[in-house]
Amino acid sequence: MAMVFRHCIIQLMPKQKIGKVGREKPNSSDRLLEIYSTMARSRLLDERVWQLNRQGRAALVASSQGHEALQVASVYALQKGKDLFYTYYRDLAVMVALGVTPREIMLGYMAKSGEPMSGARQFPTQGAMPNLGLVNLSNVVATQLPQAVGAALACVQKGSDAVVAVYFGDGASSTGDCHEAMNFASVHKLPVIFICENNGYAISVPLEKQMAVKNVSVRGDSYNMPGFTIDGTNVVEVFKTVSDAANRARIGEGPTLIEGMVERNLPHTGDDDDRRYRSEDEIVKAKEKNPVRILRELLKKDNILTNEVDLEINKAAKISIDDATEYGESASYPDPDEFYDHVYSQV
Amino acid sequence: MKEVNVIEAVRQAMYEEMDRDQDVFILGEDIGVRGGVFLATDGFLEAFGAHRVIDTPISESAIAGVALGAAMQGMRPIVEIEFADFIWPVFNQILGEAARIRYGTNGKLHAPLVLRAPYGGGIRGGLYHSQSPEAYFAHTPGLKVVAPSTPFDAKGLLKSAIRDNDPVVFLEHKKTYRLVKGNIPKEEYTIPIGKADVKIEGGDVTVVTYGLMLHHCVEAARILKDNNIDVEVIDLRTLRPIDHETLIKSVTKTGKALIVHEDTLALGIGAEISAILSENVFEYLDAPIKRLAGPEVPAMPFSPTLENEFMINSEDIINALKELAEY
Repeated sequence: MAMVFRHCIIQLMPKQKIGKVGREKPNSSDRLLEIYSTMARSRLLDERVWQLNRQGRAALVASSQGHEALQVASVYALQKGKDLFYTYYRDLAVMVALGVTPREIMLGYMAKSGEPMSGARQFPTQGAMPNLGLVNLSNVVATQLPQAVGAALACVQKGSDAVVAVYFGDGASSTGDCHEAMNFASVHKLPVIFICENNGYAISVPLEKQMAVKNVSVRGDSYNMPGFTIDGTNVVEVFKTVSDAANRARIGEGPTLIEGMVERNLPHTGDDDDRRYRSEDEIVKAKEKNPVRILRELLKKDNILTNEVDLEINKAAKISIDDATEYGESASYPDPDEFYDHVYSQV
Repeated sequence: MKEVNVIEAVRQAMYEEMDRDQDVFILGEDIGVRGGVFLATDGFLEAFGAHRVIDTPISESAIAGVALGAAMQGMRPIVEIEFADFIWPVFNQILGEAARIRYGTNGKLHAPLVLRAPYGGGIRGGLYHSQSPEAYFAHTPGLKVVAPSTPFDAKGLLKSAIRDNDPVVFLEHKKTYRLVKGNIPKEEYTIPIGKADVKIEGGDVTVVTYGLMLHHCVEAARILKDNNIDVEVIDLRTLRPIDHETLIKSVTKTGKALIVHEDTLALGIGAEISAILSENVFEYLDAPIKRLAGPEVPAMPFSPTLENEFMINSEDIINALKELAEY
């Protein structure tokens, strides 16, 4: 089976693409600035949404604060408009990196008409934007993993060399679907990159109560799949690891498991109180592991980012987020007449 | 016209659709080299290759999830669940996910997949090779559920299911596979999902059924015809959406209805049919609606005396129809 797929890919792919390593270097200044700018915009948007939630103006929020480097750098390591992104509910920064606008995102948090992912039928950030290759369907953790494997199978069957990045938390790694998806993907050498955003908690249950191994990545061995544990706050490491995984996937060498170690800077959702299960000291330390700040300091030290440019980035982001907030609040709720639309094909 | 059995009709439907449309592929356990445990995919591996006839690990949730993922990206997967008794792990991917893809993306994505499963008993299958899972799936908006009883219907409906743009659960009664034969035309044909079929016309009493029980009901109707009881036999064929029109029309005419299914009674398909009839034809009813269905035990036992106790037969149906006719 695997041999057949590999044979197909090699036949169908243009020769010059085989073995090509990395589209762009992760540490080019322009690329790093772009990644930083995207992370900063995502962080400000996330902070705004959290604030609106506290004020009772946004019903639900699962923050991606702390996960931005892993999410944004992984998107930049892949090919927007071609590769597919199967995300979960903590992946706001993936959406921002893919180009979903603050207005579009805000419509989701306010459950307003015109929301592009699900028409505000789903929780914020969930649904799909096929034009961006973005699929985020379920609140049931790990259901996206077998689906992403199926999407990868479709890519191979259609003769495309697209790869599928699938994001999930450490909590999802305990499910049967996670095992079944990884096993299936590896047996058939499918172009999937499993990106585990390991923040150490499944809501309140810490890692040591979720698994008897120290890291999720060691499970790669049991599927004969490369597994890497990386610093998920280090954009260069993320970019390089994901680029390498994509290169392997594109030439038919199969899936990769990447575990990015991150900290959840905030409670599970706006409805959670992490003081019930984390010490004050631990909460402070988790907040300090802020990948946006880490990258900002690094870029300033290396003279890639000036204070002036940083101010500009943040100012522009704030303007667009203010605009999005206003836009969202003035938008109407969906028309109840649409309630029965799209249960079945209308044809 | 050519006489074939149900499994051959199923095989032909899939073969012709895979031949017609490159996006159609099949995945499941033992469907490749083995040709499927019931030989529904006999010869497919040689004809279509390993990239379209995919032997999978024993991994039902992934089989369903992978099919769903491929369907969302434009493929038309056919899943074979080896026995319907092994279908429970797909609930999360099919009821929780596939059924709401279209609704939950506001129409941006849809899932044209078919989940085939041999179901039903009377074949000494015991607790884990005899079950009827239709009610669980038929309860879920977003899915379609089809359960044919003849080769002609199996072929025409399976072709429609493969061409359908929504997820279809396609249930094949395994006892009909080789037992039931019938003519199918040489020419291409399809049968629309959602349409019941009046198998025998009659004016005294209506019997509504599907699957293996259709054949017992037809036998009962033929025997009762000699006793001057004129039974109208309706084969539902599709369990979601149910064809209200055909049911209402028939019972408006006969004023009496018996519903027969092998699956257990409480909250089964018969309960829904009964409710549809009492809501719509109450003024025309000359007798209480009657249900004849599987007994309230968790699954079908293995030993022949115990299995027989579970299965409904033609005699049970004749007695129930006589009672109704005489009411």
